[in-house]
Amino acid sequence: MRLEHLGLTGISGPLVMLDGVKDVGYDEIAQITVGEDDHRLGRVIRIDGDRAVLQVFEGTVGIARENARTRFTGRPLELPLSPEMLGRVFSGAGRPIDGLGELYARERRDINGASINPVSRVYPRNCIYTGISAIDAMCTLIRGQKLPIFSGSGMKHNEVAAQIVRQARIAPGGGAAPDSETSSGGVAASGSGAASGSGAAFGSGAASGSGAAFGSGAASGEALPTEISSGDEDKFAVVFAAMGIKNDTAEFFRHDFEKSGALQRVVMFMNLASDPIIERIFTPRCALTAAEYLAFEHGYHVLVVMTDMTSYCEALREFSSSMGEIPSRKGYPSYLYSDLASLYERAGMIRGSGGSVTQMPILTMPNDDITHPIPDLTGFITEGQIVLDRTLEQMGLYPPIAVLPSLSRLMKDGIGKGYTREDHPQLSSQLFASYAMAQEARSLASVIGEDELSGTDKRYMQFARSFEDRFIRQNEDENRTIDESLDTGWETISVIPEEELDRIDAALLRRFYVKSSEQARR
Amino acid sequence: MTGSCYVYGVNGPVLEARGGGPAMREIVHVGKQRLIGEVVRIEGERITIQVYEDTTGIRHGDPVVCTGAPMSITLGPGLLNNIFDGIARPLKAIEASAGPYITRGIMLDAVDKDKIWPVTVTVKAGDALSPGLPYGYCRETEIIRHYLITPPGLSGVVTRAAPDGDYKADDCVVELRDAQGRERQLTLCQTWPIRRARQAAERLPLTRPLLTGQRVIDALFPIAKGGCAAIPGPFGAGKTVMQHQLAKWSDADVIVYLGCGERGNEMTEVLEEFSRLIDPKSGFPLLARTVLIANTSNMPVAAREASVYTGMTIAEYYRDMGYHVAMMADSTSRWAEALREISGRLEEMPAEEGFPAYLPSRLAEFYERAGYVRTLGGEEGSVTVVGAVSPQGGDFSEPVTQNTKRFVRCFWALDRSLAYARHFPSINWITSYSDYQNELAPWYEEHLGPGFGQLRSRVTALLQEESQLMEIVKLIGSDILPEDQKLVIEAARVVRLGFLQQNSFHDVDTYVPIEKQSKMLELIMKLYDGAKAVVEKGIPISRLKATGIFDALIRLKYDTPNDRLDLLDRYAGDINAAVEKVLSENL
Repeated sequence: MRLEHLGLTGISGPLVMLDGVKDVGYDEIAQITVGEDDHRLGRVIRIDGDRAVLQVFEGTVGIARENARTRFTGRPLELPLSPEMLGRVFSGAGRPIDGLGELYARERRDINGASINPVSRVYPRNCIYTGISAIDAMCTLIRGQKLPIFSGSGMKHNEVAAQIVRQARIAPGGGAAPDSETSSGGVAASGSGAASGSGAAFGSGAASGSGAAFGSGAASGEALPTEISSGDEDKFAVVFAAMGIKNDTAEFFRHDFEKSGALQRVVMFMNLASDPIIERIFTPRCALTAAEYLAFEHGYHVLVVMTDMTSYCEALREFSSSMGEIPSRKGYPSYLYSDLASLYERAGMIRGSGGSVTQMPILTMPNDDITHPIPDLTGFITEGQIVLDRTLEQMGLYPPIAVLPSLSRLMKDGIGKGYTREDHPQLSSQLFASYAMAQEARSLASVIGEDELSGTDKRYMQFARSFEDRFIRQNEDENRTIDESLDTGWETISVIPEEELDRIDAALLRRFYVKSSEQARR
Repeated sequence: MTGSCYVYGVNGPVLEARGGGPAMREIVHVGKQRLIGEVVRIEGERITIQVYEDTTGIRHGDPVVCTGAPMSITLGPGLLNNIFDGIARPLKAIEASAGPYITRGIMLDAVDKDKIWPVTVTVKAGDALSPGLPYGYCRETEIIRHYLITPPGLSGVVTRAAPDGDYKADDCVVELRDAQGRERQLTLCQTWPIRRARQAAERLPLTRPLLTGQRVIDALFPIAKGGCAAIPGPFGAGKTVMQHQLAKWSDADVIVYLGCGERGNEMTEVLEEFSRLIDPKSGFPLLARTVLIANTSNMPVAAREASVYTGMTIAEYYRDMGYHVAMMADSTSRWAEALREISGRLEEMPAEEGFPAYLPSRLAEFYERAGYVRTLGGEEGSVTVVGAVSPQGGDFSEPVTQNTKRFVRCFWALDRSLAYARHFPSINWITSYSDYQNELAPWYEEHLGPGFGQLRSRVTALLQEESQLMEIVKLIGSDILPEDQKLVIEAARVVRLGFLQQNSFHDVDTYVPIEKQSKMLELIMKLYDGAKAVVEKGIPISRLKATGIFDALIRLKYDTPNDRLDLLDRYAGDINAAVEKVLSENL
């Protein structure tokens, strides 16, 4: 039986101070009982001689110096874990809130995790098809990657994320027995016997630019040329961490998961806008601990959706200022980078374990400013970003993905021959370059008028329009195959004269460039 | 053992101990887990310690054990072809002992003490040894011979030299009697405090370039062996790819690649790629000449602060053997932020943007450890430092970029808009500079012929002129420009696409020897001159463009293999023919 401390020395914001405590560890969890039966959790965040400072998860409202009793548990915050977590809903601190009772824990883990040894990592190479052209072709999502969505308030990031969750399929290329727990794993991802479908599928898959709109969750076998055993489906899980989002948003996701029949594969951690901010700081850590457990112990391919990182960072700032810490840029604590890194770096694959943790954090850029500390530091840690653009959104374009600032750093090693299709790397590079040229033509046109543009510039303008309208635009339930996406890319780029395409070598141009005569026929 | 202290308070990675004994910057072990910490402040009984590992579970009253030495690492054979964390603990050995996660309190030496090395001893009894002189060597990797050099501060007469043979790192191979008559033993390894620069006999002028095979660097903004360069750029501008390219292709003997606060997957990529990629010069994997140091962004922040010194110490150690070492630090901003974070925890008075006031002096200290030297052993060696800088929001006016600029002489500014258009390397040719050009000019003249300096200035002038014209083009379009200005734009386009843009994923283009670079520039300027003659005759530039010669020069980089420079002469003929043709048609 551990000691119970009666009373407190001081209370300030979410913090309580307790004097005369001995033998308390940094980061240790304490149970604080307020009055008769109000149980709260606290964590030791500073030790100063025999004084301990605790942050209270549920907030300090109603706590008085006299009415609190504190008992230290001797352990850091640990999350009970079990494969039965799938389909359950937890609070931000990991307590079940779906009324289905406590989780029977097979294991408990420190939610702070530990850094993965770079030597033990497997370099991610297998792509995940999302069925969204702007992502699959231009900033391909790779299994084990951390790829955030940079958005703004009121934009369609939730819809995009939900569509990705619905449609995400493990690509056939380079797949080294992704689901087998006993897989020797290793560096085997380097593309042996891949691409079986790609070249062949091109002929038939071509020209169906409009693409069949697959119902959610269905049609994966149809969409992908090579075999994905149904076992893969079973090994796909989603961990959803809601941080300071509105109830409606949480409900949107829950409903969407339910509709697509995915709910049984989802673990949800909910900290809504009205929930205490201290708990918010723990929400992503709980979610990632669950994800790591499912991925590395049970071989699941886990996609972690964390929304909204901006609320998380603001919680951190609020907490930091209540601690009286010296603020850094825009009042955020100086350790914001390290703190975000301790979350984002928990994505990846480990040699010898079958699963993977792929992260898709969503953040709303304050004032749509990509240089704000939150998107800025995030971009420096994550492996690329998908940027949504308000102008595109206002033009009625869905998904409103701004292609130029979007980037997937891991894409270079997961596409092309043996992975997606051999023309993919050069085509995407050309689309980027040409679209950038088109933007210059556009800004020129806004000064001198489109009629005054040179012939080539007019072609670029035409390309930009068709690229946005046919390539980027798609329906919320439209699941395009990679071949459809790439072919659409070729069709749009072929508006531009062949000799302008300096990123693509002659052989590929001969094979894929759509001559204007064919264009007309289509 | 100097004294006893105990933990009094904990605040993140910073803790306060009470007691006496430790010296400033001494290494201590904290608590039952024996976490590694460093003393950063002493105020009477109050001792502040920064801990290199996560402090979860540390309690008031936990013991603090002093080691009596500052932060030091073991230097010896086995550093190459290996990967370490920020305080030089071997990550492969950590994996073997602790599994895929890095757990706390692991104490492992950088040098594997069980590995056997075939050593050749090059001294005999009676020889005199002084600091820096070699007493033997062993083959560390296929391409690097590891010289065993007398540690600084040690000299005397050899009393016993072991025969050649197989030894472990801690075996004594030479015994020495120093001036005071004390017997000293020399093994295969030595220790060195990382925050202190290793001495050299003298600094030499920087007169040789570090050739990187990257055209925009070698031709326009060269860096000298022993020099310093900074690569600042916003995220996604290609800093890391640039650093990888330099680590792969630069003509240094030894590469120290430091991932400071960067991504774990990236370090895995380097590790995998470098063990697979074959160095064209030696025919062996690149890893055979590379030391990797990985402090990923989620590893403890105090170790990140130390990692740059760990890297630098290893670089200096190989320099002292007479090698040319290049160190890639990605990214120094993470290091500066680690300084800021710790400074904040120490409640120091912040200067600009929360960075501590000593940021400039720390940066200066670090970059000054680079240089081209005559070693204590009389060899020539160098340490070249290329530091990536990640300015917040891509704003180069922030303190880390600005202060770095003061201490490096090569500035390769990466540009967001070039990166968006996927123009790589996205080094902006207008805002970048290299201050080494004058010192390196004799080398370039000697190796590429006397005209190279002039060629370079003509190209930079052309690019400068284009950038001014583009201001106008943005407003009124290029159609209205007079023909000679259109020519400038077309010629600059060839330079940009055909020369500056370089595809790091293309077999031929990823590395280009300096001779080919020089030839390419000659050809482009030859075309420019020929085209000028055409334009002066009043013929529109579009006529010459229609011959396809501009596009041919743009594709030249892919079409001509690096070992077939003779093929380039053909292009000169093609240019002449195209110009003649257009001129004759117009007669």
